[in-house]
Formats: sequence, C-alpha cells, structure tokens
Amino acid sequence: MRRILQRIAFALAAAAVVGWLALGANRGWTKTTVTRWEKDPVTEIDGPVVEKKFVPGIDLVAVCLTGALALFIASRFASKTKNRPVSSSS
Amino acid sequence: MKNKILCALIFTCLGATAPATPLEFDFKDPKGVNNVVFKTDAPLESINGVATGISGRVTFDPDNPGAVKGKIIVQASSLHVGNPMQKEHLHSDKWLDVAKYPEITFEVESAKNVKTQGNVTTADVTGKFSLHGVTKTITVPVKMTFLKDQLKARIPDKDGDLLVIRASFKIKRSDFGINPGQGEDKVSDDIELNLSIAGAAQR
Repeated sequence: MRRILQRIAFALAAAAVVGWLALGANRGWTKTTVTRWEKDPVTEIDGPVVEKKFVPGIDLVAVCLTGALALFIASRFASKTKNRPVSSSS
Repeated sequence: MKNKILCALIFTCLGATAPATPLEFDFKDPKGVNNVVFKTDAPLESINGVATGISGRVTFDPDNPGAVKGKIIVQASSLHVGNPMQKEHLHSDKWLDVAKYPEITFEVESAKNVKTQGNVTTADVTGKFSLHGVTKTITVPVKMTFLKDQLKARIPDKDGDLLVIRASFKIKRSDFGINPGQGEDKVSDDIELNLSIAGAAQR
C-alpha cells in the first residue's frame, strides 16, 4: 500500500511538471483561452482572436505538487504489508 | 425658363460653397476587430484582458476635426481574460458587476489641442466616462485617422469612409467605486486602457 501511494505521488508530481513544461511553462495563472492578434489590413488595428487552448500555470503545478506531497506523507502512515495472493482452496 | 436656370445656378453655387456636413460613423464592427485592451498589475502576472462588444456613433468632420462628438459603448460582459476564474470574479458583483452595470461608456464633449497632419488628427478629448455606475469627466489623448473611401476595401459591397480612433489612458478603479482601498496588494488600483476602434460612414 505504501509503495502504491508513493508511486502515485511521484507520477502526479512528474506529470504536473512535464505537462507544464510541454505546454509552454507558463509562469502565470492557468488559462483556458489564448488571445492571438491579427492586423486588419485596411484600418491597421490589431484585432483579437480568442482561441480555446489549455495553458497550465504555476497555480496548477502548485496544486498537483501539494497533492503529491500529501499522498507521499499519507504513504508514510500506510502499512508496509503486501497484499498476499489469495490461496485457492481447490 | 430663365428663372429656373438662375435658381439651378444659385443652388449649385450654394452647394459648392456650403461647409461639408459632418459624417456619422457607426462603430459596431461586423468583423469584431474593434477592441479595448485593459491591463492592471497583480503579484503573479499582470492581468490582461480585452473587450470586443463595442458600439456607438461618432460625428466627425474632416474639415473641422475639433468638432468631434459622439459616444462609444463597451458591453461590460464582453470583457475577457484567459483565466476563467479571474473572468468570473471580474464580472461578479465584487468587481464590475456586469449584470447591474452592463455598459461602459465614453461620451465626447469637447476637443482641445487639435492638430491635423494629412489624414491624422490628434487631440485631447474631454468627455464623460461611465464605469460601474460612476460617471466622471476625463481628458484622453486621442488619435483619429480618416480613411476616405476605404469602407469598400473592408466591406466590398459598401461605399463610404472609415474613421480609426486610438486612445491610451489610465484610470483608477477606486475612482469608479470598484473595491476602493481594498485588495490593492492583489490587483493594482491603476488600470491601463488601450482603445483601437474603426467606424464606418456608409454612403
């Protein structure tokens, strides 16, 4: 049980950091849209184009790392005993 | 017959010498390019947003740009930021209260320091700025670019002129009753606004 919780904690922490780096390493807040700017050729006004895109911020990384830490701490209180295979009576 | 010809000549001469009528520009943009960008400082990153729900009418005379008049309206609910929780807070009754105060407006009253070079006019425009149910008279540096006969280049089946207005100015949220004196460590009192809009006067 302890080993399982620790593995989940490490996987969560690694996924959070790798995902954050892969999706742009945004050091701000998590965003679900990004704004792209396109210049209107006649008026020369840069007009906004809002696109749906998930960009994780450090708030999400912090939440995931806190969860991972909580799982790791919880694992210290979990029993070390392994699940024994169920013996068949046949 | 002579009288008719004389009358026609008089009317033609009057028409030629009469001052040009100010043009009325409609700022409801079918292309959704018109925008107001707002920026305010916050600890983690500055909060940047954009509003595109813009309408209003401005009368502008290319021969007398200082006589500009009109009103620009921004739908408060069109304010958008990338973080959904920030957007929810921004629209809520704790901040802009867009349900109660659906419009942000600027009504032009007068223009001073008017300078025109070619088709570009700069001026300090004074008007009534309304936000969050509070109206204050402010003066804003404005750049107006008159694009004669350019509407067709933008909307092919329509003839007319375009007027591009750009303005950058700062306001204090506390002046407009938006959480005055509260949370300034989280969201700055200063809000920077950048307006970029184009209006069309159809013929």
